Amino acid sequence: MVASRENSSSPGRIPALGLRLLGLIVISILLMYFDQRDNHLDTVRKAIGVAVHPVRVVVDAPVRFWSWLGESTTSRTDMILELDRLKAEQLLTNARLQKLSSLEAENARLRAMMDARAQVRDRTRVAEIMSVDANPYSHSLVIDVGTQDGVSDGQALVDAAGVVGQVIEAGLLTSQAMLISDPDHALPVEVNRNGLRTIVVGTGEIDQLLLPFVVNNADIIVGDLLVTSGLGGAFPAGYPVAVVQSVSRNPHEPYAVVSAKPSASLGQVREVLLIFSAPSPDTEAESVD
Amino acid sequence: MIRDRASRRLPVIITFLVGLVLTMMPLPDSVDPLRPDWLAMLVIFWAMQLPRTWSVGTAWIVGIVLDVTQGTLLGQHALALCFVAFITVRFHLLMRVFPMPQLTATVLPILAVYQFLLFWINGVAGVDTPPITYWGPVISGTVLWPFVVIILSGMRYRTRAGD
Repeated sequence: MVASRENSSSPGRIPALGLRLLGLIVISILLMYFDQRDNHLDTVRKAIGVAVHPVRVVVDAPVRFWSWLGESTTSRTDMILELDRLKAEQLLTNARLQKLSSLEAENARLRAMMDARAQVRDRTRVAEIMSVDANPYSHSLVIDVGTQDGVSDGQALVDAAGVVGQVIEAGLLTSQAMLISDPDHALPVEVNRNGLRTIVVGTGEIDQLLLPFVVNNADIIVGDLLVTSGLGGAFPAGYPVAVVQSVSRNPHEPYAVVSAKPSASLGQVREVLLIFSAPSPDTEAESVD
Repeated sequence: MIRDRASRRLPVIITFLVGLVLTMMPLPDSVDPLRPDWLAMLVIFWAMQLPRTWSVGTAWIVGIVLDVTQGTLLGQHALALCFVAFITVRFHLLMRVFPMPQLTATVLPILAVYQFLLFWINGVAGVDTPPITYWGPVISGTVLWPFVVIILSGMRYRTRAGD
């Protein structure tokens, strides 16, 4: 009925269209205001996020299917080669790990001697990245775990080589994470060589980061490894972030222009490690006392 | 009667879902800035063809879903899409009789207004984005508009045949 009325030659004016527009605009502005101010709308977002989940799965499916197809049609010889490579790698890693555990024990002993807080090993969990494009204007990605799996806002994401980003919005089934290359992202780091603390910000380019607050006479050279300092609270200390790529000092400017290349391959990660930081060491120290 | 109505609405809802999938589909970085605003184009088409059923309200809901999937401010796309629907419904009688080149020329400024609103809200909210990336979708959307109309018109006549 409705459609046939519409198809008639004189549909005329739509009643109260302007009023409806005005109402919706007011609601939108209010929503944006509250969304910007604080996180009262988190539940709304989460509910809609769950409703949209099937769409995400559908979008992700072809890519997943292709990689599955690729995996299941790999030739036997390739598989054997891959297996050999992995075995060798595992042997190497295990050997290093043995050394690490003894080092860790030693570190704990020394820390105990110095009466410093013990460093707790971080709990991790593997998350897969869904091939879903989020906002085109920011560097973000969607991972296939949510609050259901214990993910919370601000959690750090790393891959095998270094820090990838952090969770900005934990949904029930999927979460959104911001890459360290996003222009809105800043990360407290220190130079591994000498402990010089500074901040790394994203540039919007996937293979470049910027260190805007390095004074001209600071001891920083090309090739320096930057690791997380743990000062911001979001990232646990000691994960590699980037390698300094260029340092240019201009005597007229207060700060040197330093750029760095992310250690993690941000453009091609498929799986990431989510880090569940251990309970804050301060509270732990209190309970010990 | 209710089932009849639902069956007539279903095709349109499916087009919106397909639009959402196309919006979220990963594209290579070189093509990504040119991804058209599929949902804005769908809102324009349906608001033009069936303005009593699909106008500002639908546009708002679509916008909210888009806000959630894109992680933007809740209400940003909703407001912009509402406005797009409003302009379209206002001029839907004219737009329906326009020949294709003229219709495409009308869609260009509507898509531009849509992008401008998004850009403007980003500016007010303090989200930093390079302005140049905003105009890619407008151009690609305009170029693809005739094809969208051809595909959707086929669907529209099928929905009409349903009643």
